[in-house]
Amino acid sequence: MKTNRAVRTPGGLSLRLDLRAVTVVVLLLVAALAASVVLIGTGDFPIPASEVLKTLLGQGNPGQEFIVNELRLPRVLVGLLVGASLGLGGALFQAISRNPLGSPDVLGLGQGATAGALTVIVLLSGSAAQVTAGALVGGLVTGFAIYVLAWKRGVHGYRLVLVGIGVNAIVTAINGYLLTKADIVDAARAVVWMTGSLNGRGWDQVWPLLALCAVLVPLVLLNARGLRMMEMGDDISYALGVRVERVRMLLLVAAVLLTASATAAAGPVSFVALTAPQLARRLTRSPGPNLLPSVCMGAALLVTADWASQRAFGADQLPVGVVTGVLGGAYLLWLLVTERKKGRI
Amino acid sequence: MSVRTSAGSGLNNRRSTVNRLSAENVTLAYDQRVIAEQLSVEIPDNSFTVIVGPNACGKSTLLRALSRMLKPSQGRVLLDGQVIQSMPAKKVARTLGLLPQSSIAPDGITVADLVGRGRYPHQGILRQWSTEDERVVQESMRQTGVAELAERYVDELSGGQRQRVWIAMALAQQTPLLLLDEPTTYLDIQHQIDVLDLCAELHEEQGRTLVAVLHDLNHAARYATHLIALRGGEVIAQGAPNDIVTAELVQDVFGLRCQVIDDPETGTPLIVPAARKARTTAAVPAGAGKAAATKAS
Repeated sequence: MKTNRAVRTPGGLSLRLDLRAVTVVVLLLVAALAASVVLIGTGDFPIPASEVLKTLLGQGNPGQEFIVNELRLPRVLVGLLVGASLGLGGALFQAISRNPLGSPDVLGLGQGATAGALTVIVLLSGSAAQVTAGALVGGLVTGFAIYVLAWKRGVHGYRLVLVGIGVNAIVTAINGYLLTKADIVDAARAVVWMTGSLNGRGWDQVWPLLALCAVLVPLVLLNARGLRMMEMGDDISYALGVRVERVRMLLLVAAVLLTASATAAAGPVSFVALTAPQLARRLTRSPGPNLLPSVCMGAALLVTADWASQRAFGADQLPVGVVTGVLGGAYLLWLLVTERKKGRI
Repeated sequence: MSVRTSAGSGLNNRRSTVNRLSAENVTLAYDQRVIAEQLSVEIPDNSFTVIVGPNACGKSTLLRALSRMLKPSQGRVLLDGQVIQSMPAKKVARTLGLLPQSSIAPDGITVADLVGRGRYPHQGILRQWSTEDERVVQESMRQTGVAELAERYVDELSGGQRQRVWIAMALAQQTPLLLLDEPTTYLDIQHQIDVLDLCAELHEEQGRTLVAVLHDLNHAARYATHLIALRGGEVIAQGAPNDIVTAELVQDVFGLRCQVIDDPETGTPLIVPAARKARTTAAVPAGAGKAAATKAS
């Protein structure tokens, strides 16, 4: 039951490890990588897993090399990075709002990014790169608006959630209006984008996401100890020496950046940000924000969902957002029912 | 008592005669709502100070200011001669602990883990769990009588046990000064006394300076070594309970007619409110007490 272990060195350094959480992280990483290999092998031209591994190590034939390295690997990497970003963004939002419903999907960040993308598609008929930029700007503006509206001597859980729901409703209405203004070609393009899909994602999407994650993930993890204290309330965190407002601001900005750029890269893939942290927490059975397990869970979830959608409906038929939406929606209902039983909602 | 107002430079008042924690002419306000103006308070070192007063008199606000939760809009709070807001957050947290009125126990946390979180100000990214941390957590749980609950989940505990766990967490912070905001609220009488006994023990045996906000005047008079009576954001009286608690003071601060007798158990002042009939027939005009004379003398 008690799985915390302290690792100490003679120099006075000490690390505290939760063995169960470490195990969960390792298993999820293995699962995410295994699913990635299988996913790379899936498609109109199937490749066995052993061949995929060989090709990734640079020993495949030229045909396989093209399919794996140029077509499928970047798509899978985008999936892993988007899943990881959404998992981390969701875990941060939920920890800051102290509410499992305080996730970016519910707060309207996905809709905000969609509004940005739709504006570019419908009003400007922009290129794919411009759509991505529009989505990023839309997500950031929405995140900023929520923060400003919810801020009153510190952002508090319920206010953040309620303001977010309000913002979500307004932005959803704007999106509906934009769609009615669109001609049929733009509308079709918009709907595909809005479902969240990894189709046709290439190295252009990989590098910016990878760079962002490389900066933000360590930064966030360095502040995780403060966030863990903030679970107990602002007063006690101040008393323990956490600079609450600074940590919260930094982590909120990081969470908005992660969510907005993930959405810009793959569209609003629904419910990963909501479910990944909750699933991770149930696996580790440990209190605290469970940031690293959420990252790994998000990545594993998204790649697995993409594989499932390709497997069940054929390559590129069903966008991954539909699968995560169905699974996530069911999970959300289950969460609401059980939380209700516990008397929290 | 002679309150030292630092006439010279602020840097030079780090003398042993000055108390470690004090508020100097602070104005406390939430947004535009002013709770107290020009309030000065000294917390005597090694005392068990209890702040009392009617609802909305500013006792919790004062405690929040003393623990740097609330920044005074004017004046300053000094800890060891330094303005508390200017000190590094973790350094303050190693000197001064606070048990707020309400805190949230995270889902599925064990007693030992929650108490362990009190070690935060002593830890860092490369020093997450030293043998010293382990020892202090065990010691804190032993002192508060929750050692045998170490592996239990906090949500399973009774209100009294839970309050002990939170106190253990504050103890694990190992601060010479400990501030408690209404630590007995929501507890039944037995657990109230239990928590106050624990506080008295921490004060007497470990020489910690304790500051508590209490609602029950009789508890305050029995346990405090130093009492601060507030009304409308002003200190009406302060000193040892035996010296300051009189019927006039209670009338003045709380507007309640009463008798003050000796507590048969401890000899400390015991407040007995006047019977309803006596209070309704002979109302004493407010502010008639002599207690004001002790103010800022």
